[in-house]
Amino acid sequence: MPNLKDLKNRIASVKSTRKITKAMQMVAAAKLRRAQDAAEASRPYTERFNAVMGGLAASVGGSDSAPKLLSGTGSDQVQLLIVMTAERGLCGGFNGNIAKLAKSHAQKLIADGKTVKIVTVGKKGRDAIKRDLGEYFVDHVDLTEVKRVGYANAQAIAKDVLARFDAAEFDVATIFFARFENVVVQHPTAQQVIPAKFEVAEDAEATLYDYEPGEEEILADLLPRGVATAIFSALLENAASEQGARMSAMDNATRNAGEMIDKLTIEFNRSRQAVITNELIEIISGAEAL
Amino acid sequence: MANLQFDLVSPERRLASVEATEVQIPAADGDMTAMANHAPTITTLRPGVLTVVHGSGSDQYIVSGGFAEITAAGVSVLAEQALPKAEVTQEVYDQMVADAKAAHAAAQDNFKNEPGPVDEAAKLLSDMVAIGGTIGLSAKN
Repeated sequence: MPNLKDLKNRIASVKSTRKITKAMQMVAAAKLRRAQDAAEASRPYTERFNAVMGGLAASVGGSDSAPKLLSGTGSDQVQLLIVMTAERGLCGGFNGNIAKLAKSHAQKLIADGKTVKIVTVGKKGRDAIKRDLGEYFVDHVDLTEVKRVGYANAQAIAKDVLARFDAAEFDVATIFFARFENVVVQHPTAQQVIPAKFEVAEDAEATLYDYEPGEEEILADLLPRGVATAIFSALLENAASEQGARMSAMDNATRNAGEMIDKLTIEFNRSRQAVITNELIEIISGAEAL
Repeated sequence: MANLQFDLVSPERRLASVEATEVQIPAADGDMTAMANHAPTITTLRPGVLTVVHGSGSDQYIVSGGFAEITAAGVSVLAEQALPKAEVTQEVYDQMVADAKAAHAAAQDNFKNEPGPVDEAAKLLSDMVAIGGTIGLSAKN
């Protein structure tokens, strides 16, 4: 049986752990609000952008002269996977789930005989898939120093990806991130960004637009921006998901610590009572022996 | 006079959503002014000053990159970078010019024998300098 001092120390240590997880939960809750606001603020842009691009892509997409970013290179041999995760751990299954999705995707592609290249954004995901897929890494984007992801971060990533595309380093690019649904649910998602896919709204009444300059010039100008926009919204979704995952993970941890403290306290009280009983028996039997 | 709905959004926030009487857009092929019942048009933007005239005066925004969607009922401008004129201080402006200069220099290095990208970057730079002239800030040399 552990002695009283050990138990006391143990209780104190679990209590301070609980304090830390509680604090982390509250910090995550505050950050989550901000991340959600940022994600919401970007939504009008993304929606309008995709709506216009959808219309443009539908009208130009069929022609042979369509930009490569839209029609693809005609091959899907070399696949670029952009795996976006968090820079920090302690957020439940968040990093693990994205890494798992990316890993199974990569392994399927490899089994099909495709060439896989991986760009990682965020340290945790890199660590998670390094052992199995480390040989396919081509680049890593470090956002440790970035407090709030801005459009500039997304632009930098997009620029790098587009430079690789122009250099014919890959044919298809897919981004991996977690779509934020609510605090408890985040969906790991794979989204193809090159060649770009736009959902054309079914009910959109076909307004006939004048295009200035021509449709194709506009498309050529906007497609690279589309990549940045997709990456930006993925980064924002990721930020919100990360904080949401951390919040629920820390909530669980706090609750578990509480339960553990209760259990340890009962054990502590029992042992203390046992010690007292023991001493009493000793005194009584000593007195009887006289 | 009929009004039109004007929305200006950047990826990071919605800058404006007002009823306007006219919107002056720095389009890629030249400035254009949109009023109510304009023919539906989509145009790309060049860096420049966007002016919105509404009932209680007018607002100016510095925009760069992106496009404008004009319909009979309204104008939506989706700009990659957009700032209200008041937020563009000399510092911010210097940064924008410096970025344009850096892009120009990079284009000159990377595309020695292709005039296309260099010309585009040079145009971007001159657009930036022109913005300074319009809003009363000067570009440092």
